[in-house]
Amino acid sequence: MADRYSQLINTPIGKVISKQIGLPQPPPLERWEPGKPVISGPVLFGAAPGGRLARPVAQVLASIRAEIHTPMQEEIRSAVAAADTDAKVFNAEATPSEQRFKALVFDATGISSSEELRAAYEFFHPTIRRVRNSGRIVILATPPSSCRNPRQALAQRALEGLTRSLGKEVKRGATAQLVYVAPKAESLIESTLRFLLSPKSAYVSGQVVRIAPPKSPLDAGVVDWESPLEGKIALVTGASRGIGRAIAQTLARDGAHVVGLDIPSQADDLALVAAETGGSTLPMDITAADAPRQIVDHLEKQHGGVDVVVHNAGVTRDKTLGRMTEDQWDMVLEVNLGAEQRIDHELFERGVVNPNGRIICVSSISAIAGNAGQTNYATSKAGVIGMVEAYAPALSKSGQTVNAVAPGFIETQMTAAMPIGLREAGRRMNSMSQGGLPVDVAETIAWFASPGSAGVNGNVVRVCGQSLLGA
Amino acid sequence: MNQTVRRVAVLGGIRIPFARQDGPYSRASNQDMLTTTLDALADKFSLEGEAVGEVAAGAVLKHSRDFNLTRESVLGSKLAPETPAYDVQQACGTGLEATILVSNKIALGQIDVGIAGGVDTTSDAPIAINEDLREVLLEVNRSKSNAARLRALARLRPQQIVPEIPRNSEPRTGMSMGEHTAVMAQEWGITREEQDELAVSSHHKLAAAYDRGFEDDLVIPYLGLERDQNLRPDSSLEKLSKLRPVFGGSEGTMTAGNSTPLSDGASAVLLASEDWAREHGLPVLAYFTEAQTAAVDYVHKREGLLMAPAYAMPRMLGRAGLTLQDFDLYEIHEAFAAQVLCTLKAWEDPVYCRERLGLDAPLGSIDRDKLNVNGGSLGAGHPFGATGGRIVANLAKTLAERGSGRGVISICAAGGLGVTAIMEAANHG
Repeated sequence: MADRYSQLINTPIGKVISKQIGLPQPPPLERWEPGKPVISGPVLFGAAPGGRLARPVAQVLASIRAEIHTPMQEEIRSAVAAADTDAKVFNAEATPSEQRFKALVFDATGISSSEELRAAYEFFHPTIRRVRNSGRIVILATPPSSCRNPRQALAQRALEGLTRSLGKEVKRGATAQLVYVAPKAESLIESTLRFLLSPKSAYVSGQVVRIAPPKSPLDAGVVDWESPLEGKIALVTGASRGIGRAIAQTLARDGAHVVGLDIPSQADDLALVAAETGGSTLPMDITAADAPRQIVDHLEKQHGGVDVVVHNAGVTRDKTLGRMTEDQWDMVLEVNLGAEQRIDHELFERGVVNPNGRIICVSSISAIAGNAGQTNYATSKAGVIGMVEAYAPALSKSGQTVNAVAPGFIETQMTAAMPIGLREAGRRMNSMSQGGLPVDVAETIAWFASPGSAGVNGNVVRVCGQSLLGA
Repeated sequence: MNQTVRRVAVLGGIRIPFARQDGPYSRASNQDMLTTTLDALADKFSLEGEAVGEVAAGAVLKHSRDFNLTRESVLGSKLAPETPAYDVQQACGTGLEATILVSNKIALGQIDVGIAGGVDTTSDAPIAINEDLREVLLEVNRSKSNAARLRALARLRPQQIVPEIPRNSEPRTGMSMGEHTAVMAQEWGITREEQDELAVSSHHKLAAAYDRGFEDDLVIPYLGLERDQNLRPDSSLEKLSKLRPVFGGSEGTMTAGNSTPLSDGASAVLLASEDWAREHGLPVLAYFTEAQTAAVDYVHKREGLLMAPAYAMPRMLGRAGLTLQDFDLYEIHEAFAAQVLCTLKAWEDPVYCRERLGLDAPLGSIDRDKLNVNGGSLGAGHPFGATGGRIVANLAKTLAERGSGRGVISICAAGGLGVTAIMEAANHG
C-alpha cells in the first residue's frame, strides 16, 4: 500500500541515495492485524512524583499484558504490584544502551509548576533515543481547566509543546500524544491507551486527547476488547468506497452490524461492502428533504435503534472563492454539514441513539489550517467541529459522546487525482513523510466508537501523521 | 525421641587471615588450613584433648583424596581423636549450613557441643586428568591380559595431556557467577557508583575493625599473614573508578574492585548448649535462633542466580514473627557488591515482593549503617567454604559487644542457593 516513492526509498540502494541527498525517508509504518498484541515490545512507564494515574495506567498495562519496565520509584512499583503484574527495573545509568522500548508512557499529573517540568526532561532525556521503530510516546496530564492554581495549569498546558516536539523528534514511524485525564476519569483511560499504544494509531501523532467523566455515567459493563462492538448497530454514511469502506470494514471487524449508506448511484459498490462486512445497505441521498426521517425510520424499524453513527459522506468542489459558483458552495455545505446536522437532529429528537451511543464526524485538516481553493470545504468541515462542540455537553448528560476525526493526507482515489506537486507536498510534509491509509482513519473512529470510550467526548483528533499544516 | 528444643549458644570463632589466590597460602592444602584453624579454636576455648559432639565443615574445591577432609583434619588436630566429623558442601553456603546442622543437633539434645567450619583453597586447586586419558587408564586397569592392556594403551594421544582445570562456572548455564551477577545488576539497574561505594565501605570498615583490635581474637596469623591480604585500608571511590569492567561487557558495572577475588582461608565456630557453656566456664556471646535455606530456578524461570537469599528471608522472618527492620545488625555476604544491592532492592520492591515472594507488602529497606559494620567479603576476601564461619563469629562478637540486639545473616551461593540465619545477643530482652 506504500506509495511509489516510499517503496523506492525503502530499497537498500534507495536508502543510501535518499540519505545522501537529503530526501525525506518515509519509514514503513506498522499496522495492526487481528491476532496481534496491543503492543509488541517493552513499555517503559515513568511518572513525575505525586501523580494520580500510576495505578490506572499500571492496570491497563497489565490488562494488555505489556512487558513493563519502570524506574525504581516506589510510587510506580507499588502501582504495578497492585495491578498484580511483573515489571522490570530501568535505570538509565545502568541499563545497557541496547535496551530499547516500544513505548514510553509518562504520567505527568504530578507536575505542579514550571520547575517541576524538569521531571519530564529527566524521564525522556535518557530514553527518547531508546524508542523502537513505530514506537509510541504517551504523556498523561491533568487538563489545565481542572488544575488547582495557575502555576499547575501552565505547567500542564506546557506539556502540549513538549509532546508535539517529541513527535517531530522521534522519527522512524514513532508517534507522540498527550492525554488530558480529568479528575474522576481515571478509570476511563483504557480504550484510549490501548488505541494510542497499538499500531492502530499508526498515522496519529502530536495529538491532544481529552478524557472526562460523563455527566451521567453509564455502566457499560466489562468491555470485550477483542470484539468491542459485538451486537452493536453502526450507521456509516459514504460507505461505498475509500475511507467509508475502511470504516465499515473496521467496525464490522470489531463486531458491529454496519448499515452502509451512500447515494443510489453507488448502490453496486455499496452492496459489495455490505457483502464483505456482513452488513446491510441503505442507498439514499442524505441531502433529500425526507432523508433524515427515512434513515431514522429504517434504524428504528430494522434495528430498534443505533449505537454508532459515522458521518463520513463528503464531497469536494475545489475553486478559489472568486471563481466558485453558488452551486459549488451550496453542494459542499449541504452534503458535508447541513445534511449531517439534520440527521443528528432527527436522531436525537426521536431518541433512537441507544444508551452509550456514539456520534462520529469526519472533519479535515483543511478545516483547521485552511486551504486555498477549499473555502467551501473548509467551512463545512470547520462547521463539523462546531457541531461536535455544540452537541458534546448535551450528549454527556445522556452518557453518549460525539467526536470528530480530522484526516490529513490519506491515500484515496480523491488524493490520487491531485496534481503531483500538491500531492507530494501533502504526502511528505508531516512527521511520517508519507500519506496515511483509509484504515488509519477507520481505526481512530473505531476507538471513538468503543463502549470503553465513554470518557472521550467533544474531541477532534487529527489523523495526519502530524502534518505541518494547522496547529 | 526428645521433643524439647534447647537454645543454641555461639561461644565464638576463629579464622586464619584470608589470602588471595596464589598468594602466601599457595602451597597450603585445605587440610593444612582447616587443621590449623581447629587447633586455634581448641587453644582459644581450651579444648585440647576434648571430644566434642561433632565437627561439621567442608570445602567447595576439593581433591578426590579429601573425601573425608573434616575427619582427617580432626585426626590431625588437638581435638580428641574420638571426635566425630563429616564434610558439608553447599558452595558459598557451606559454612553457614554447617552451623545450622550443628546447631540443630544441639537444639535437639543429640549433642551438647559442636564445631562448624569451612575452608577453601583456589591456589592448591584440584586438577583432574583429561577425561579421554582417564577413560584409557581405567580401561587399562580393567584389562585382564597384557594384550588387552596394550590395546588400551594404544589409544593414548598427545592431546590427552591437557588437564581438566576446575572452572568457576555454573554447570547448567556455562556462565560464571560474575556473568550471572552482571545480568542481575542490569535487571535491577545497579550502578557502578553504588557498587564501588559498598566496596570502599567494606574495606574501610574492616580496616577500622582491625585497627581497634576487634579482630585480635578472631584472626590468628598464618604463614606470615596477619591481616587479610585483600584488605585495602586506603581504598577509595577514585581508585575503584579507574578499574575496567570484568563482567557484563564493555558497558558492565562490575570490576575486580567490587567483586570478591578468588581467595584461600579457613574458619571455625564453637557452638554449645547453655549447660555445656556454663560447665566449661565459657561466656555465651549470642544465640543462634533461626535459619532458612532457599533455592531458585535460575535455569528455566530465569531468576537471578544469587537471588535465593531474597526468598529465604521472608520465610524465616515469618516463622520468627519479625520484620526486616527488627534487626540491629545485618551481615550480608558481599560475593559481589551488586549481589548485596540487588538483594536489598528486591526486598524494597513492591513488584518483586508481590510477584516473586508472594508478599502483600515489600519487606522494606534497612538502615545501611547497620550493614556489615565490621567489614564484609569485599574487604576480607571470600574463600568459599570459610565465609560462613567468618560471618557467624563476627556477628556473635559484635552482638556481645553491643550487649543486646539481634542480627541477621544472608549468604548467596552457587546453584541458585541462599542461606539465612538469625542470631540474638546473649542477654537479649
